[in-house]
Order: sequence, then structure tokens, then C-alpha cells
Amino acid sequence: MSDFNEAFSAAFALILSFESSLAEIVGLSLQISLIAVLLASLIGLPLGAALAVFRFPGRTTLVVILNALMGLPPVVVGLIVYLILSRSGPLGTLGLLFTPTAMIIAQTILITPIIAALTRQSTETLWNEYAEQFSSLGTPPKETVIALLWDNRFSLVTTILAGFGRASAEVGAVMIVGGNIDHVTRVMTTTIALETSKGNLALALGLGVILLCLALGVNAAAFIINEAAIKRHG
Amino acid sequence: MDSSANSNIGLKQSQTKGHNILPLKLDNVSYEVNGMRLIKEMSLTLNSGTSTIILGPNGAGKSLLLRLCHGLIKPSDGALTWQGPANANAAQYQAMVFQRPVMLRRSVTANLHFGLRSRGISRAERDQITDEMLQITGLARLAKSPARALSIGEQQRLALARAWSLKPEVLFLDEPTANLDPAATHSLEEIISTIKTTGTKIVMSTHDLGQAKRLADDVLFLYRGRLLENAPADKFFDEPQNDLAQAFLKGELLWWHRQELKPPSEVKYRGIK
Repeated sequence: MSDFNEAFSAAFALILSFESSLAEIVGLSLQISLIAVLLASLIGLPLGAALAVFRFPGRTTLVVILNALMGLPPVVVGLIVYLILSRSGPLGTLGLLFTPTAMIIAQTILITPIIAALTRQSTETLWNEYAEQFSSLGTPPKETVIALLWDNRFSLVTTILAGFGRASAEVGAVMIVGGNIDHVTRVMTTTIALETSKGNLALALGLGVILLCLALGVNAAAFIINEAAIKRHG
Repeated sequence: MDSSANSNIGLKQSQTKGHNILPLKLDNVSYEVNGMRLIKEMSLTLNSGTSTIILGPNGAGKSLLLRLCHGLIKPSDGALTWQGPANANAAQYQAMVFQRPVMLRRSVTANLHFGLRSRGISRAERDQITDEMLQITGLARLAKSPARALSIGEQQRLALARAWSLKPEVLFLDEPTANLDPAATHSLEEIISTIKTTGTKIVMSTHDLGQAKRLADDVLFLYRGRLLENAPADKFFDEPQNDLAQAFLKGELLWWHRQELKPPSEVKYRGIK
């Protein structure tokens, strides 16, 4: 028990001192996950909204696949990206394996389906309300998608934050494609996994606490934004 | 610029528009959903210059007829043709207000802007028309409020303003006052009357007889998907030809049954032996 207490106090001392190695790891984690969320949003938001609005053959199949992809196992994504980026893979010549870029690619693949599927769901609800009116006004398809994304903006913030939560907490994919190289591709989750197995509980716990606070903060932000939106727009 | 000057601009702009798409001719139009015929072999012509009120009880097919005419749904059978010179772009000359106002989650002004942008109207013109509409419909003080925070009466007034701002040749109104109190109904009817004076053809459904008498030039009486009477308003209200129309005007149709309702043979009340 005393080991446990010692680890905890060491962890908090570490967080409070926020030494450069810790800051580096937290910084890299945020950087990778934020870029991945940005890319996934650029793809997933319009894709989800388009799936909600347009009717075409094979749409249902696509929606089912997208929903299924929300549960993509991170290690499998990691493995596939690894195979593609490895020296003998199709994109091996780019030399991206074991770089932060590879980690961004893996996380983007992981969370794009989440953002697209959740966007599709909430946009479709809104579209059911708007469809006749837009049809009556003669709103062009592109304007329709933009208008739906904009009018759905508050629930989409929650969607994007859900994507960010998944990206920042994920360990399997970034471990495989990043390689957990010190000062290069070491992020919070991979460090926790490594340090725990090494028995360095203080650093692992410290990072764990930071990761938890991040998840808490993200969810609190989502909640507050939604409440404010409901209050203002009904 | 004061509000009366603004409203004059609005009137002039509409009046200068000639008749581009009317009349609308329906020839044996039917509409089916899952094998159920909801609109049955309707033939009629909607002409310019008059307000047509579609009367009938719930389930008569009033809303469906409006949606068919506006092109939101396609007839299962029969033909529907705009006969004016611009009939290839008929959608451009129409607008519709629904029973429940559809408000975008934006400000009142942005809601008006959206309608105009959908029709490809330039930004400068959008600003001018929006200001004008806000003045005429008395929504100017609410211009910056979120549309969905408005009362239902104000929302419907905004929906009407949004439709009117498109300067349609034909304006379809689907029971726009069904959810409103008398004061809001009155204010909406005043706007509808003003729109009428600008030369826009009004086609409106209602089951409110008083409202029909106030606004109608022509009446279409519908019952269970059939057009039972098509007559000028004074003729319809003074001497309706159809017996169901007579019953409706006497206020009897709504609880008129072919067979009398009977309770199930054995009625058992819980707790009573």
C-alpha cells in the first residue's frame, strides 16, 4: 500500500513540476490527436451530412458499414497502416513509418468513421425537419449540406470532441506505427504502457491523471456547449 | 426610410411581375401511398387573380393537394401542368408556408437571407429585401433574435415573410393559422391580405370556416380525397350544391357518421361487478 501512496505522491510532484520530458510527451500527444481530429472532421463532417441528405443506391449498405467502422479495433488499424507504410509496403518509399505523421494517419483512419457516422445520425434528424422547406425554397445540394452542418453545429462539436477523446486515449495503433521512440513518437498512452511494464509507476500514474483530466475537460466542454445552445436556440 | 416607404417598394416589385406560370391545370390527378388512394381523380384549374381556399375536415387531402400543386410530391396518376410561358422554371415562381413553421437555427434575419440565397438573389438585394420584409411584417425589433426563440405566432409570421420575400406568383399556405391564437391569426390574415393585393395568387388550406369566408374568392371543398365542390366563394357559402359541403357549412360534418357508434356489446368496468 505504501508503494501505491509513494507512486501517487511522486506522480503529483511530477505533474506539478511539469518537467520538460513530461511536457514533451503531453505536447506531442495533443499535437497528433488535434491534427488527426482536424483531418477526420474535414472528411467526416461533409461525408456524414451528404449521407444524411442524398438518396442513392447502396446508401443503406454504406451507412451500415460506417456504423460498423466506428468499432474499428485500433491495433488492426495500426497493423494495416504499418503494412502500407513499411519499407516493403505500397507507400514504403515515403519513409513515414515510426514518425508522428504515421501516427496521425492511423488516428485519422480510426476516428473518421466515428465523426462521419455520428454526423450522419444527428444531421438526418435535422434533415427530416428541414427537407420539405428546403425543397420548397429550391436550396441547391451544396448549400443544403453547408446549411445542415451549420445549423447542427452544437451537436457536431460534441461529435468532434468524441473523436478527439477516442484519438487521445487510443494506444494500440500509435504504438504499432509510431514505435514509441523516445523524444520522437512517444505519446501519453504509449508511455503509460511502457513505464508500467518497467515498474516506473510515478510517471505512468502522472500521465494517467493528465489523460483523465483531459477526458473530463473535453466532456465538460461538450456538455456546456450543448446546454448553452439549447438555451439559446431551443 | 420609414416603414410605409419600405412597404411601397415591396408592393411595386411584386406588381411589376406579370403572370409567368399560371394557370395550373390538374387533370385526373391521383396520389397513392402503399396502395391507399389519398387523392382521387382530381381535375381543376387554378387561375390567377383570385384567392383559392381549400376547405375540408381533417384527412380530406388538403395538405396533399397543396404539396402536389407545389411539386413536393409527384402524382401517382394523372397530369399536373403549369400553363404559363415560364412553366419550365415553375418552382422559381412559387413558395409555401407549412402548418408548423420550419425555423432554421439562426437569427430572424438569417432565416430571411437563407430563403433569398436559395433562389440565387445577390447579397445587396438580399439585405434590402430582408429589411423591407422585417418592417412590413413587424418583425424588425426581433431581427437579431434566434428564430426558434420566437413565439409560435411570430415564427409563423417569419415563415410567411420568408415565403413572401421570394415574390412568388403563387403562394401555397398549409393551414398556417391552425396552431395560433385569435390575435396571431388576425395578424397573419392581415399579411396574407396584403400579399394578395400585390397580385400573388394565394392557395390556402384551412378548416376554419370564418377564415375561409374572410379570405376566399374561390373554394375547393375536399372530403376523403375527393374534390366535391369547386365554386366561387359567395356561391359556395350561400348555396352549396354538395350535401357533404352543406353538412360541413352547418358544422355537422365533423361528427357525421354513416353508422352510429355503438359501445362493444359487453362493457366491463374495472372494479365494478
